Amino acid sequence: MDYSNKLCTQIQDLPRSGIRDFFELVIGRTDVISLGVGEPDKSTPWPIREAVIRSLEKGQTSYTSNLGLEPLRVLISEYVEKQFRVTYDPKTEILVTVGVSEALDLAFRAVLNPGDEVIYHEPCYVSYSPSIKMAYGVPVVVNTREENQFALMAEDVEKAITPKTKVIALNFPTNPTGGIMPAEELEKIAALAVKHDLFVFTDEIYCELLYDGRQHKSIVEFPGMRERTVLLHGFSKAFAMTGWRLGYACAPAPLREAMMKVHQYCMLCAPIMSQIAGIEALKMGASAYEEMRQSYEMRRNIIVSRLNGMGLHCFNPGGAFYVFPEIRSTGLTSKEFAIGLLEKKSVAVVPGTAFGTAGEGFVRCCYATAPELIVKAMDLMEEFVNEVRG
Amino acid sequence: MDPLIQLLAINSNRSTAELAGILSLTEDEVRRRIAAAEADGTILGYNAVVDRQKAGHRGVTALVEVKITPEKEGGFDRLARRIAKFDQVRECFLMSGGYDLAILVEGKDLLDVANFIAEKLSTIGGVLSTATHFQLKAYKQAGFLANSNADEERLPVSP
Repeated sequence: MDYSNKLCTQIQDLPRSGIRDFFELVIGRTDVISLGVGEPDKSTPWPIREAVIRSLEKGQTSYTSNLGLEPLRVLISEYVEKQFRVTYDPKTEILVTVGVSEALDLAFRAVLNPGDEVIYHEPCYVSYSPSIKMAYGVPVVVNTREENQFALMAEDVEKAITPKTKVIALNFPTNPTGGIMPAEELEKIAALAVKHDLFVFTDEIYCELLYDGRQHKSIVEFPGMRERTVLLHGFSKAFAMTGWRLGYACAPAPLREAMMKVHQYCMLCAPIMSQIAGIEALKMGASAYEEMRQSYEMRRNIIVSRLNGMGLHCFNPGGAFYVFPEIRSTGLTSKEFAIGLLEKKSVAVVPGTAFGTAGEGFVRCCYATAPELIVKAMDLMEEFVNEVRG
Repeated sequence: MDPLIQLLAINSNRSTAELAGILSLTEDEVRRRIAAAEADGTILGYNAVVDRQKAGHRGVTALVEVKITPEKEGGFDRLARRIAKFDQVRECFLMSGGYDLAILVEGKDLLDVANFIAEKLSTIGGVLSTATHFQLKAYKQAGFLANSNADEERLPVSP
């Protein structure tokens, strides 16, 4: 069969994730120290796993409400109020999803008509542009820059706004840069959204992982934003629950209802085991992740000082668990650097270009890895950099 | 807790350079602070947490509940310190509840521990009674799980 004539052209035209290509180079090698992951190095805290084992013993294996278990939504509402200082009704404004990725897809599908434009920022997590396209929207990229510590500048956003713009999509702290948003810039973007009557979809999956005593500030907190914001959050990063695939969306009732329609037909509900894990995670609250957060902060300090020490300029990121050092001084492209480092020194980092063309000249290193391995990886990277420079 | 002490309490095997890197301190500062903590007794000592079964250790360990008579001056302290000084006593804590001291006693074999308790411990003036529980198998020591398989491997590269 000639599949090229049979498959959906829209999907055929989607590029494969750059991560996927790199993954295939690394997979099967056992000698690699990987700074290439996008998840915590610890398993889910034991009390959460234990709660799920208990639920399985009790036979809790059924479907749940499309919206998600009500006790979970109540806990989400309380957690969100504490974390973001904004109140959502668990009955009408919260939807439990299969990770933030699903929630983001639902939000795009709920609001976009063909041709509507979505402004998003690069370098970014790999799914933004494809998700927008799969919802028949038009991705409009605004680059963030190292000189601004990869914060999104309101003036850049303003230049990208057209009469077709419908959504601004934000993700801070950001994967892959670790960049965060200064409150004053966030306020300007909020003002733009209000002025141009735009939605803001804000993926705040890393919001618990902030360093140097910072407090998280969400765009939803600014005047006029609650009615136009879809707040996306989940359990993967802070609670080390990536494989459970559990997220949620908080949005005004009509928007939540539209997202729920898509969700009920294509997903039905998030797995009940994951939802039970989510209940236990929220009961634990900060005690589940505070120790991990502190250890990430220490590891960030190690890796940032080592990278700068070997002459790879690296700003000190305020959140998440990634650093995004500039590797231009080696004369290599991002891809050449990552492949060279893998082949010669068996250390895996991800080329910045996997996260958009604005990532050229950078690589992403995840420091959610044992400090001993970070130090070893940095020793090897330093050798590599010195060899390349001759 | 001082972050330096916190780091060492989790893993005392880190190099000075590594600790300095983590805490953004100079190596000299790290050395100075560790020396100070050792001098004032904040750091009591260092040892590796060994899985003794794996290491081929044939000795036995017992948890001994000890009831003692408190003294007018100093309560339990003098007697507790005296008991703690024996090399056979690895750990010694004053407890709330049905007995006074919980001590961890190590010996070559059952007889060795029994002799220590009968001849050394029980004969100390003020020791009223002892109850000895021998350890059979270690599952977790000093925060480390014994014989646990490492956490599931992560994918080497993920978004």
